[in-house]
Amino acid sequence: MRRALLILPLLIFLVLAGFFLSSLMSKEAGVTELELPSPLLDKPFPSFELPSVLDEQTRITQADLKGPALVNIWATWCVACRVEHPVLNRLAAEGVVIYGVNYKDNSADAIKWLKDFHNPYQLNISDVDGRLGLDLGVYGAPETYLIDAQGHIRYKFIGVIDDRVWDTNLAARYQALIEEAQ
Amino acid sequence: MIRPLNWLALGLLLIIGSVSAAVDTFEFSSEQERDRFYAIGAELRCPKCQNQNIADSDAPIASDLRKEVYRLLEDGQSDEEIVDYMVARYGEFVRYKPALNRETLVLWFGPLFFLLAGVLAIVVMVRRRQKVAASAPAAELSPQEQQRLDDLLNKKSQDD
Repeated sequence: MRRALLILPLLIFLVLAGFFLSSLMSKEAGVTELELPSPLLDKPFPSFELPSVLDEQTRITQADLKGPALVNIWATWCVACRVEHPVLNRLAAEGVVIYGVNYKDNSADAIKWLKDFHNPYQLNISDVDGRLGLDLGVYGAPETYLIDAQGHIRYKFIGVIDDRVWDTNLAARYQALIEEAQ
Repeated sequence: MIRPLNWLALGLLLIIGSVSAAVDTFEFSSEQERDRFYAIGAELRCPKCQNQNIADSDAPIASDLRKEVYRLLEDGQSDEEIVDYMVARYGEFVRYKPALNRETLVLWFGPLFFLLAGVLAIVVMVRRRQKVAASAPAAELSPQEQQRLDDLLNKKSQDD
């Protein structure tokens, strides 16, 4: 009994140490340092009606986003988006459906960007005042949402999609949504 | 001589700059409205910067959220509705004061639990000690032991 009590602090310490270590390690393995769970998971994409970046006359609504697809939040002021762009181009070439939300940007810059760097987006929503971004819980760029065939948000990824992120994380999730839709 | 002064001026400028950056100009319809705005702003965590509330943060997103809080306030929404609105978009995380539910039970009552456990441990220890003290034979030395103690004490006082 006494013995057991004596090693109790050690046990508590070890449990705590294990807990902290596992959180640390999982962060390392995870892709971003601040990944907050989105309250929008498994909920329908927020409703909106916004102009297209490339053609202001065209209005886009949530009904136009046909999943499974990626919805990528990007902006020309976002340095990390430039890093991500070539990867999105490659994915689009491979047949991945990507929609863009041009977040708090101006369309002239956005159009130039899409011309200069190639356009991987099937549709590009112009969210100049960040209204849609707010409804999505966006707090920076780039962020990427995975939507399923019903247009429900199934996953949120914060940060730059690079080859490693795609291969180890997003590809399988996207594939699963495609299989689910069939 | 001028250098340090320049640096000081630069430092002051930076400080003033960073302070004013967090101040948006909002027109409130009443003093009470303004107080509510600041109270809500202090209770909402900035999603980007994480350990600042949106009232203190310079992050663009914090500024957006402040504008949104202002819009909702002007819209006549209650404090609760405004916080719920933010939670629906940014998750429980934006609350500095988390709601009481199953997921936050440990957060709310964990410290209390530890406090009670500590008190309980102390009570048990004190009780046990009292019991030991009560059951132990009165501290009496045998004549030999008493003799030895006296010798030692004498020796000590002689040494002094």
